[in-house]
Amino acid sequence: MTSSREDILRRIELASSGMSAISPERHYDISSPLSHEELLDLFEARILDYKATFTRTNDVPTAIAKILREKNLTNPLSAPGLPAHWSVGTVDDNFSSEKIDEFDVIITSSELAIAITGTVVLNHAKAGQGRRAISLIPDTHICIVAQDAVLATVVEAVRSLNPREHQTWISGPSATSDIELERVEGVHGPRNLHVILALKS
Amino acid sequence: MGKGYSGVRIPFPILAKEALKDTQLRVNLKRATTTIREKRAKVVAEVADWEALRQAGHDIKMTMIAELSNHLQRFEQEFTDAGGTVHWARNSQEACEIVANIAKANKVTEIVKVKSLTTDEISLNEYLEKRGIVAQETDLAELIVQLADEHPSHILVPAIHKNRDQIRDLFMEKIPEASRELTNSPQELAMTARAHLRNKFLSARMAVSGANFAIAESGTLCVVESEGNGRMCLTLPEILVSVVGIEKILPKWNDLEVFLQLLPRSATGERMNPYTSFWTGSGDGAQERHVVLLDNGRVQTLADESGREALACIRCSACMNVCPVYELTGGHTYSSVYPGPIGAIITPQLLGPGEAKTLPFASTLCGACYEVCPVKINIPKILVYLRAKENQANPNEVEKMTMRIAALTLRPRGLKILAQLTKTLAPALSSPAMQKISRYLPISKKWSAFRNIPTARLTKKKPRPL
Repeated sequence: MTSSREDILRRIELASSGMSAISPERHYDISSPLSHEELLDLFEARILDYKATFTRTNDVPTAIAKILREKNLTNPLSAPGLPAHWSVGTVDDNFSSEKIDEFDVIITSSELAIAITGTVVLNHAKAGQGRRAISLIPDTHICIVAQDAVLATVVEAVRSLNPREHQTWISGPSATSDIELERVEGVHGPRNLHVILALKS
Repeated sequence: MGKGYSGVRIPFPILAKEALKDTQLRVNLKRATTTIREKRAKVVAEVADWEALRQAGHDIKMTMIAELSNHLQRFEQEFTDAGGTVHWARNSQEACEIVANIAKANKVTEIVKVKSLTTDEISLNEYLEKRGIVAQETDLAELIVQLADEHPSHILVPAIHKNRDQIRDLFMEKIPEASRELTNSPQELAMTARAHLRNKFLSARMAVSGANFAIAESGTLCVVESEGNGRMCLTLPEILVSVVGIEKILPKWNDLEVFLQLLPRSATGERMNPYTSFWTGSGDGAQERHVVLLDNGRVQTLADESGREALACIRCSACMNVCPVYELTGGHTYSSVYPGPIGAIITPQLLGPGEAKTLPFASTLCGACYEVCPVKINIPKILVYLRAKENQANPNEVEKMTMRIAALTLRPRGLKILAQLTKTLAPALSSPAMQKISRYLPISKKWSAFRNIPTARLTKKKPRPL
């Protein structure tokens, strides 16, 4: 008996015989004409549009402390490999889901950000950005983006990432529009997202 | 295809007639589709190079289709090298068996699910249920549909047919944790779902997902979502099985630079959806990762030169949100997991000869679907082609069908739609290929106006809000 694999591949080859692959036309924009300063402003506007908060600072530890105080967050978890002065509270040590659920906030850095879409990208293979579970279970996520890591376009972002490294792209807090298409922030993922833009000091 | 859709299908005209009597349904649909159309139009207008992106999206998909066999084998190699397992399924039965066997081998009796049209298409939940495995939907709309024991009526917002009051009543009845003071506020309803599913996420051992894209050159899978239920399912359970239609393959990682712009803006009308997850084989998250590559009618669609373009679909739902027929009848009338204009072509294509034959007639050919399609699938052209095919098979039935559907759907806004129809059909009919097909069409006999239209030179108007 032919296996499903062989059967499918054989029929595909038969079905597509005579089709020639065209070379896709790629006449779209790669980058943006905006200046770096303008991009940072745009990034901020996009983040706020998603109902996340945005802090632009060259003093990240103070910005973190302020968010923890104002939001009354008392049990922070930090991704392993964060710069020591950004790390607050407990550092993740491969904790179980139940254990992670005890923390009310997670602090991570990020690989890069996309200004036009207000997106931050976590590369789970890199220090400071944490494995998937820790930026998912706690209800608040504080994500630090380095100024130089803010890119303009989706195209620039895709081209600078390695597909073999596990990633999560985050654009605002968890949301749904499933009821009458009305957007509600906060479902299963973190209901609060705070983005801190770390300026070059 | 989906639950209850695998048996005898009730033809579209009969279901449409019933649906048109449901005033509440029409109010719900009108409200929802108007909202989403406006959101989409706004964020698409922000993108200066939108047309170039559409063209690239179309070209990339057609290139993928031309070399599908190579790309699938490359994907298999890369995903396997990264520690994952790849399975192949010719049809629903084989795909469901693979998933059930993985569950049985691991003694799993409850799985959590990411919203997946492909698993709806193969009726996976019903298959598992018969074998004592509970499949828990975790997307809010899928949860609503599952609790109500209904079918999805829209590919992106499966519960679009229900309003907030109906959802509140459903939650009060079916969710034990629901507060007795629950109101109809979408915020409160979403929080009720969060509380209901939280422990299930933390304790589940196996998850089933689909995938929006599968990258051949790196073996990477991608899931695009909003709520975080997808991230939960991909991250917390030990075992993850992703059921992926073979047309979801993209040759290169860089192809995503096009689709991650096209999809969110066309689907939810957002610049970017809240969460997009990428994984290659096993690694961070589930330890054991499987992919089931599914045919289920896709290869026979590929074999049809005039219809294969439909395989470019990225399931954004923009076409149903602008469709005047969908807005009046809703998704259930299509008796398919895939309703609306794209469903009217891919349902009969996936099912094969003699099935769902009324669906290509469930359209006014107004062309709005083509204008919004992010990968430029010429849906009206394929609809006309499928009608011609059906007409050759059953000449007498077709004329009756066309007029019945026209009578049902044209009535409320007849003149406006006829005007659009004329505009759209003119260029199509003046092309040599269409001239040929149109001679067989009763539609062109009855509405002789279209036959006299000379070579079309119509000014292109912006996509119309209905």
